[in-house]
Amino acid sequence: MHLMYFTEQPMSAYSEQAGRDFGATALMFPNTEFDPVAGSRLYNNYIEQYMLAEEVGVDGIMLNEHHNAPFCMQAKANIFAAILAGMTKKVKIVMLGNPLPLAENPIRLAEELAMIDMISKGRLVSGFVRGGGQEQLAAGVNPAFNRERFEEAHELVVKAWTQPGPFRFEGTHYQHRVVNPWAVPLQKPYPRVWIPGVISKETIVWAAQQRYPYIALNTSIEQTKKIWELYDQVALQNGYVGGPENRGYLIQVHISDSEEKAIENARQFRWMQGEFTGLAHPVWSTPSGYGSPTARRAFVEFASGRAKNPRGETSFEQQMADLRIIAGTPKTVVAKLKRILEETRPGILALWGNDGRVSQEDSLTCIRLMGQEVFPAIREIAKELDLKSPFESNAPVHLRYSKDLKPVAKAAAE
Amino acid sequence: MAGVNWTDSTMEAAGAKLHVSRAGKGRPVLVLHHETGTLDRLPFYDALAAHYDVLVPHHPGYCRSPRPDWMRSVRDIAVVYRGLLSDLNVQKVAMVGLGFGGWIAAEMASMAPGDLSHLVLVGAMGIKPPQGDILDLAITGYMDYARAGFHDQKAFDKVYGAEPPTDQLEMWDICREMSFRIAWKPYMYSQTLPHLLGSVRAKSLVVWGDHDKVVPQSAATVYAKALPNAKTEIVKGCGHCVDMEQPEALAKLVTNFIAQG
Repeated sequence: MHLMYFTEQPMSAYSEQAGRDFGATALMFPNTEFDPVAGSRLYNNYIEQYMLAEEVGVDGIMLNEHHNAPFCMQAKANIFAAILAGMTKKVKIVMLGNPLPLAENPIRLAEELAMIDMISKGRLVSGFVRGGGQEQLAAGVNPAFNRERFEEAHELVVKAWTQPGPFRFEGTHYQHRVVNPWAVPLQKPYPRVWIPGVISKETIVWAAQQRYPYIALNTSIEQTKKIWELYDQVALQNGYVGGPENRGYLIQVHISDSEEKAIENARQFRWMQGEFTGLAHPVWSTPSGYGSPTARRAFVEFASGRAKNPRGETSFEQQMADLRIIAGTPKTVVAKLKRILEETRPGILALWGNDGRVSQEDSLTCIRLMGQEVFPAIREIAKELDLKSPFESNAPVHLRYSKDLKPVAKAAAE
Repeated sequence: MAGVNWTDSTMEAAGAKLHVSRAGKGRPVLVLHHETGTLDRLPFYDALAAHYDVLVPHHPGYCRSPRPDWMRSVRDIAVVYRGLLSDLNVQKVAMVGLGFGGWIAAEMASMAPGDLSHLVLVGAMGIKPPQGDILDLAITGYMDYARAGFHDQKAFDKVYGAEPPTDQLEMWDICREMSFRIAWKPYMYSQTLPHLLGSVRAKSLVVWGDHDKVVPQSAATVYAKALPNAKTEIVKGCGHCVDMEQPEALAKLVTNFIAQG
């Protein structure tokens, strides 16, 4: 089991009222609401949190990035990855991940990641994402080619890491006449790639085709099971059997010394006006061409106020009941997480520990209890359930490095 | 206008399948629709068909014309339409470009300046406005964007209905996706087009609604300057979609302009 700490790095100093008055807290919400003095304090708080996480024994620190919104302060995940590469000694630096389509030059991204891998002495896990719709608009990147750019940039980054240079790359969206980066990763054949996601079936299928672990982001137990059903089906079609080493799960968990305080702080998981990423116009989060064409009709109905959000809007209490938010003392939290482990069998687990305006003191307590009490208990449960991480099971980095592929029929029979 | 018999057909030009509506007799007039697509029939089209042989193609990737995945620029559409006119043996066409269609018409004019009788650009995109910016589809809701094309909201209701059906919203999304594919950056204009219009000797009419909230009126002056033989008409009390908001007034402007030879 690989156990990680995650925070969205909330920019909690913005004026919530200003957000409500403006009617949006994403993309177009004016950055005059951003306070760099608070920003400086918060960035340093987050470094303190990560350093404590390493000290109390977490296996990995999960990083991500978003743009133009208070819910996440990381505008470039590689910056924090570079900081952690230099400041920490043991933790895996798990990027979930770099938004590939936003890269105008994937070679530069490959170089940055290679540097992080070398500086950290091989501790990089290089996840990739498509990036949300708003990220495309914030970066001025064409949303209609999002998936094509994702796949092509991935191909180019992996080639830059593995194929001796110089070589030439003539793609549809990327053309590079000289590819010969001198920074290449320490880990061979290349750093592990994990793919986080929440709704797109296409991404689950793609991850399974690559044999990359898929990290389900705070999905319900039922949704998570459906994701693994699809992943495993594609795995069989590609000659391998999916297992815990292919499965990751991120869940909002706040741990405290008292049940009451934990629940109070956990309410902050709904701090962005109850939305995952804050209030936004639907056409910002799903610009035309970004979503699956099969979802077009349902989306336009939602976007014009004729249907409910297809992602659902559930109350805090309901999310607690559904185990999408867990809060309590270590004992309570472990019991609830055990159920999730039994039901969904992941080999990678990330706890999204603190959000919104949870104080630094309470955040550090949460991390301490996570590392010292919750994770040791989870490791024991994982052993009983035989939930091995990709590291423990020595899983191949990509399908092409598999040594255990079976003909499709045989794989299906097992 | 009753009594106009439209014929719909599917044609192929330069690797793109096109839905083309055609009606009327006389001088050929090519009408190019907005980035929001077009309804199959509109009073403006009927009004023109009373005088001319009117061709209304649906742009590739818009409305009833399927999307060519390979297409990457608005100039690609212009080339496809040049191919269409050539295949139909239509020469010396008059072109009426509406908004985004105005951009395509201007590109077509620059490509074959000798094969053009008249050019009418109505609230045309395609040129960077010296003041103001072209309204961004990507950050505007479907209904808000479509309504922004009208100064008089009752005129919008008359064309689309106060609550357009979901089919219409879906079509706007399909059109939007195609616009992103071919006009994302720079958004809705070409940096080279103004330089290329200098060879257009045909008479040009630049029409703008005085309340255009989609393409700033400042772009009209750039078009009028770039086209050597252009005059400008401002339609009062009208938004961007002059063809849908004041169809009779625009049809009259066009017929008078063409009649002047």
